[in-house]
Amino acid sequence: MAPTSTTQPEAPDTGTAPAAGPAISLTGVVKSFRSGSETVRAVNGVDLEIERGEFFSLLGPSGCGKTTTMRMIAGFEDPTEGVVCLDGRDVTGVAANHRDVNMVFQSYALFPHMSVADNVAFGLRRKKVAKAEVTRRVARMLDLVELGHRAKHRPSQLSGGQQQRVALARALVNEPAALLLDEPLGALDLKLRQSMQVELKRIQREVGITFVYVTHDQGEALTMSDRIAVMNHGVVEQLGAPTEIYERPATRFVADFIGTSNLLRGVVGPASGDLWKVEVACASTALAAELPAQVSTGSHVHLTVRPEKVRISAARPEGEVSRLPGTVTETVYMGSSTHYQVDVGDGEEVTVYQQNSASSALAAERGERVWLSWPPEHSYVLPA
Amino acid sequence: MSTLTQTPPDAPTGDRPPRRRRRVRVDWGRYHTWAVLAWLFAPILFMIAFSFNDPAGRHNITWQGFTLKWYQNAFAHSELNEAMFNSVSIALLTMVLAGGLGTLLGLALGRFSFRGKQLTNLVMFAAISAPEVVLGAALLSTFLMMNVTTGYWTTVIAHVMFCVSFVAITVRARVITLDPRLEEAARDLGAGPWDTFRLVTLPMLSPAIMAGGLLAFALSIDDYIITSFVSGDVTTFPLWIWGATRVGIPPQVNVMGTLLFAVGLLMAVINIVTARRRNAA
Repeated sequence: MAPTSTTQPEAPDTGTAPAAGPAISLTGVVKSFRSGSETVRAVNGVDLEIERGEFFSLLGPSGCGKTTTMRMIAGFEDPTEGVVCLDGRDVTGVAANHRDVNMVFQSYALFPHMSVADNVAFGLRRKKVAKAEVTRRVARMLDLVELGHRAKHRPSQLSGGQQQRVALARALVNEPAALLLDEPLGALDLKLRQSMQVELKRIQREVGITFVYVTHDQGEALTMSDRIAVMNHGVVEQLGAPTEIYERPATRFVADFIGTSNLLRGVVGPASGDLWKVEVACASTALAAELPAQVSTGSHVHLTVRPEKVRISAARPEGEVSRLPGTVTETVYMGSSTHYQVDVGDGEEVTVYQQNSASSALAAERGERVWLSWPPEHSYVLPA
Repeated sequence: MSTLTQTPPDAPTGDRPPRRRRRVRVDWGRYHTWAVLAWLFAPILFMIAFSFNDPAGRHNITWQGFTLKWYQNAFAHSELNEAMFNSVSIALLTMVLAGGLGTLLGLALGRFSFRGKQLTNLVMFAAISAPEVVLGAALLSTFLMMNVTTGYWTTVIAHVMFCVSFVAITVRARVITLDPRLEEAARDLGAGPWDTFRLVTLPMLSPAIMAGGLLAFALSIDDYIITSFVSGDVTTFPLWIWGATRVGIPPQVNVMGTLLFAVGLLMAVINIVTARRRNAA
């Protein structure tokens, strides 16, 4: 070990002070599996840079390659192609026990034959940390996850939520460069999951460690993450902040997978001022503020708008807005909001979520003729 | 030999709705349970009872009167003592050797896929299902062909040979149910392959290894057929008893049988109590 590491007794054997730059970077990473006679590309060319201290989510449906990507960061899988770097150091091919990252498993994977305290101390003991120091750090970490009073119990005596927190403490106590979480809340019930989301975010802020979070739950990813990479079929479809992903989905898959989107088929018309006109299928004109790069006048596109951005009114709305006439086919009262299905012609339906606030515009009935409208900046164009 | 018995399931006790006409219901489940228990334990109870018998002649088969003298003179027959010592030491050696080899075999079969895995499975089941006479004869001819004088160590080799499969199967069953994430978690937390095995895999397998080892001990200590082929001049407890039946079995045999049974029972009780305490803690 290099002499420069004296200030950090438990530092990994990088031998150098942590460099500036991303905590984790993946470059051109591919992972193929042999499945019978054919090879399946679980991860098909992923480039990611995960910043220090960031809460980063890999979001996607099952089988999209998010867990495989995480397992390559952890060192449980070797990439078929590409390079994995931790703190700027190439760790491709380095075994999991020599990487300065720790993982929280979906099944928690707590050692059932050890007490909670021994579980948490496991990593420190492997690093030959002094006994008193181990005791102190384990106690502090168990306090952080509010399980100090359960230190002597076996994992099987704890509830699911408590086991989850032990798994978290066991990983965090090592102060890794990054913490990898593989659907850690998947096994918990809804209430507990929501409180653990808040808890996780609090812990992440307190310890300031990079979190890489794998989930198929878009709500979870949106509430907790600083940035999200939406994955599908082994590639990253979109990477960005939650608002960006939600408000400006880059692909049809993202628009469909994150929240509910209305997709209207259309053709891009001429620009008027700084807005583009899009002829949607039902012979109306909608407006769009910007077009994706590969789309121009005459392109067939999908115009997309979120249900909660659409306003429903009896009179024709004025001003620079997209407007569509339609007939209400279904109303569902949801308590705080009402959901409408509106037939806008040509077999296309638009879903509208309207808040049930006192000033809310209209309580439309089934079969009623209404106008739908939304500001141009809330619709976006996707290549068809 | 002692048996690790399972308590039979409780007889059904369902709440039946009261009926107008009362019919005497015979609880066949309960009688059946007791009948099975009696069937299993009658020979053992006879053995224990006759260890306290005071027979008049050479045959300890009719009840004459109560005595404790066979317990006082339990070790009066030096040949019997030697046979008992041989049996116990061979069984302990078998337990350790078959336990170790069987654990490694079970781990390999449960965890990895390799060329010859199916063949290994086949050979293992063959060793279990083949008649003991065949195994004994085969072992004997092998030793003769290799010019090995049969005796104590050939007996140990033979016992390890037929016990290894039982340990391997017990351990393999456990390995298959182990969550592979546990070992990954250990690696993730900085444990190398050896530490992972020592601190996580082995403790998780220990119940299966213990069960397999006890099974090996039990199979070894009461084996007659294979032992009779390969033991040469060495006499084990079952061999000695078989020899003694022709001239009358001394009551000390009952005493030793009773002691063996007591040890087995004690181990079973300890096993149950610790398991219960582990679950309750």
